[in-house]
Amino acid sequence: MDLSQLLADVPTLVAVIIGVPAVLAAYIVGGEYLVRLLPDKLRPSVRPWIWVGPALAFVAAFLVYPVFGTAYRSLFDKQDNFVGLSNYAVQLGGFPSGGAWIAIRNNLYWLVFFTLLVLIFGLLFAVLTDRVPYESPIKSLIFMPMAISFVAIALIWKFMYSYQPPGEPQTGTINAVLSVFHQDPRLWVQDPNVANQALIVAGVWGFVGFALVILSAALKGIPGDLLEAARVDGAGELTIFRRVIFPLMMPTIVVVGTTLVIFALKAFDIVYVMTNGNYDTDVLANRMYKLITIPDTGNAAAVAVVLVVAVIPVLIFNLRQFRAVEARR
Amino acid sequence: MTIASEQVATPAAERRFSPEWIGQVFSKILLHAAVIGITLVWIVPTLGLLVSSFRPLEDFASSGWWTALSPPFKFTFDNYQQVLDSSNLGNSFFNSFMITIPATVIPVTIAAFAAYAFSWMKFWGRDFFFLALVGLLAVPLQATFVPILKLFLQLGLTPENVGFVGLWLVHTGYGLPFAIYLLANFFRALPTDLFESAEIDGAGTLTVFFRIVLPLSVPAIASLIIFQFLWIWNDYLVALVYVGGTPEFAPLTVTLANLVGSLGQGYQLLTAAAFFSMIVPLIVFFSLQRYFVRGILAGSVKG
Amino acid sequence: MMGLRLGSIRVLALLAGLAVLAACGGSGSSAGKGSVHVLAVWSGSEQASFEAVLKPFEEQTGIKVLYESTRDLDAILQTRVQAGNPPEIAAAPSPSTLTTLANAGKLVQLDNGILDMSTFNAQYAPGWISLGKINGKLYQIFSWAAVKGLIWYDPKNFAAKNYQVPDSWDSMINLQSTIKGAGTTPWCIAVESQAASGWPGSDWVKEIVLSQAGPDVYNSWWQGKTKWSDPAIKAAWQTWGTVLGPGNANVYGGKNYILSTNFVNGGDGLFKKPPKCYMHNQASFITDNFVKQNAGVKAGDDFKFFPLPDVNSQFAGAHVGAGDAFSMLKDTSQARALIKYLTTPEAQAIWVKRGGKLSPNKSFDLANYPDEITKQVAQVMTGAKIFAFDAGDLMPTDMRNQYWKAVLDFVSDQSKLDSILAKLDAVQATAYK
Repeated sequence: MDLSQLLADVPTLVAVIIGVPAVLAAYIVGGEYLVRLLPDKLRPSVRPWIWVGPALAFVAAFLVYPVFGTAYRSLFDKQDNFVGLSNYAVQLGGFPSGGAWIAIRNNLYWLVFFTLLVLIFGLLFAVLTDRVPYESPIKSLIFMPMAISFVAIALIWKFMYSYQPPGEPQTGTINAVLSVFHQDPRLWVQDPNVANQALIVAGVWGFVGFALVILSAALKGIPGDLLEAARVDGAGELTIFRRVIFPLMMPTIVVVGTTLVIFALKAFDIVYVMTNGNYDTDVLANRMYKLITIPDTGNAAAVAVVLVVAVIPVLIFNLRQFRAVEARR
Repeated sequence: MTIASEQVATPAAERRFSPEWIGQVFSKILLHAAVIGITLVWIVPTLGLLVSSFRPLEDFASSGWWTALSPPFKFTFDNYQQVLDSSNLGNSFFNSFMITIPATVIPVTIAAFAAYAFSWMKFWGRDFFFLALVGLLAVPLQATFVPILKLFLQLGLTPENVGFVGLWLVHTGYGLPFAIYLLANFFRALPTDLFESAEIDGAGTLTVFFRIVLPLSVPAIASLIIFQFLWIWNDYLVALVYVGGTPEFAPLTVTLANLVGSLGQGYQLLTAAAFFSMIVPLIVFFSLQRYFVRGILAGSVKG
Repeated sequence: MMGLRLGSIRVLALLAGLAVLAACGGSGSSAGKGSVHVLAVWSGSEQASFEAVLKPFEEQTGIKVLYESTRDLDAILQTRVQAGNPPEIAAAPSPSTLTTLANAGKLVQLDNGILDMSTFNAQYAPGWISLGKINGKLYQIFSWAAVKGLIWYDPKNFAAKNYQVPDSWDSMINLQSTIKGAGTTPWCIAVESQAASGWPGSDWVKEIVLSQAGPDVYNSWWQGKTKWSDPAIKAAWQTWGTVLGPGNANVYGGKNYILSTNFVNGGDGLFKKPPKCYMHNQASFITDNFVKQNAGVKAGDDFKFFPLPDVNSQFAGAHVGAGDAFSMLKDTSQARALIKYLTTPEAQAIWVKRGGKLSPNKSFDLANYPDEITKQVAQVMTGAKIFAFDAGDLMPTDMRNQYWKAVLDFVSDQSKLDSILAKLDAVQATAYK
């Protein structure tokens, strides 16, 4: 470690830590000042754009612009000839097992099981730990897998699913547990019958911390007196959960659920590192990555577009939730 | 409260050894058992990794990690030693901070501004923009690399010229959809009466934002900081694409990934590397824990 | 209520300015003789070896080599090339990636004034040179080589059971049955390798194709001209099937172990007591794993090799090898200097002495090989009558990926060979366009 270089760079880091929020605060204050200069009637229509402006600019530059570029790219083939929608025909043709359909099917598995399991465990832990005094250490332990990079998570679960022939001492935790119960060890990730489930378990394990933290924050937002009042009234814990906690947390559950669904659609790292899509586990993002490395950017772009379009039902659901919350105000 | 109501009979559950009391004790035990039990099962994989990180390579493929917990103990610090000895560790550790901190601060701030506007201001196209934002969560990052890289090259935003600035901007762009989505949800949940009383008091937009909305949304902001921080801290691909893996600019993830040879030699070092890398996000998590407290809202509307 | 006064705004602006300045400080360390970017997959101890190779170059020329390594080389390289910001020099284990780039015009031609072709032609066998040529132009040079198709065995275990090292395919099959009859599985095979799972099995198949069907069929096969369902190729798979045995009975742990065990652990079964298997087919680099993963194991005493015997005596002395190729993507004087350096036997010797690599350079001094085993491997390479480059590496990326996948499918169920070959044909039909 080169200490002298470190000492030279630390002031830079500090300057950035202080300076960046300062710039942004200056922006918003300055913006508000400008808005004040306008007549009263114009203020409500101009003000929002100052607040939303930087976000929209960033998103437009780094997400919207490439999406259009990608959609455009999906109309060309490997040699840069215009081929219209034929890449989409390749990806979406051959239903049910050709093209991208196996990947789509697997993404649906992820969508349903990953989301549900993470939500259920996250909610369970959030509610349970709220009632015990040692909440913080428990939450930290459940959260820990999130702090580990996905590559390390794949490594952990590789060890968990490890296989040795029957009769040999097992090196994998799960097969070792099986041998305690006098069962034969078996393949997990390399067995197409259970491979998807094995990967999803690894993914869920790594991600529950995410749901836990956010749902816990929402749970803390429920006024304590509300819960106490319900308890004094004699309501059981389950009833309190169903009638008070769950409905009040619903908007956050929708947010966490939506994020999880979208992550499930984009699932990549775990699949890439553990199977690369073999054994019937391919997912859209992995398929896209393989196409990029060929390189077949046209087809890769088509898969990306399919992914983004697949999110639309989720958006419609969100819109309905949105409107419901607005109506209640 | 009248005096009469204080003379109510002791509730059934407070009478010792009553069925209700036993019921309560039992459910308390059940609760603790459930929490501790599930947690223990949950941490088994992490524990496995931790124990493995202290084992020599020869033992990895030949015996399960739990065998190391009984004699003969063959623990070694070798893996950690090699991680700490790896070239460029100090510099890349520092680089990770240089990348992660601004790339967390910028999107959280910008998202807070935007989320406030989305939840409490009315403007043309608000719902459309918001939904588009959520939809953009689905954009796979690999699809954005080439167009943005080209743009950066044209604008001269290369690592040689501006260091990590390009990476900060990119992470901001990538992180904004989730950040705004999350914060808008929490901001929207604040009671309307809060804003009404503030308006009556003559508070301006800035005051409401800085003095009311932000303080009341501390758990949400803390959550966001935790996630944004750890996603960028653990990021490998985006950094590799935009600033490259040369020793000068490489973050910790690149350096640690390079501990393993191209054919997988030295994979046992990844166990130690994972724990070494985990320390910082965990510290961030721990230090933000105190913001996850209930009752900030209590009493804020009355009076 | 305004909240913040103009004074605070000034302070904020000042801090903001400082922040921007600090961020733009960057690291303008480009003084000196310039620099050259190199992108490759070598990390861990390989990286240390490669950097040792670069050190004398940096000291002699003053040029700074900025080395980056990643296992996602294909994706990163393609991204940088498409964005218009390629590294000056790239090394990839698979010439197919670089071939794609050459066809897209992204590579710099090397025999057009950059390399001294008279020296080059003298030092490299025509085979190595033509491998680097696309459409008659030189785009790649090979600095290091490896040999595949080496059957590793524990001489002590062989001696204990009086097994003789086979010198022909038939005697190897006989030995296989003898070992099986004595109650142990003769072979250890492991094909797991994360994203590249299946490649060790593909080595078996290509070695058999070369040895059984000959170099002409081999070449037209990887060029996409011979179909996978062609009888010659199908026969190779079936021959491998005889090694594996029905239901993989000849291999330790059967299908489950083959598919789930990482290739670096593939040979560990040789050294267990009692041994789980007696033979393991793997390239020369595996010796490092033998020593590190199995306590007390020593080269020569505990492991030796014999080259995979010829399947067909018509094509005797055929071996498959692989190599590390470099290409230039941006023409700068620093890049020229480096690529010239990488063709010299002196540069190549540095890594060879550290172990794990061979040199394809004809003027390379055999004394540089660090141990007896490596020397013997080098002799296999130089003495090979028919030396062919790894077919999988020469195929387009999607063809190679399907090839690896086919290995997994074949191990899972050998009876599905026809449908496996049909899928390979389907990919072959589009991959070469």
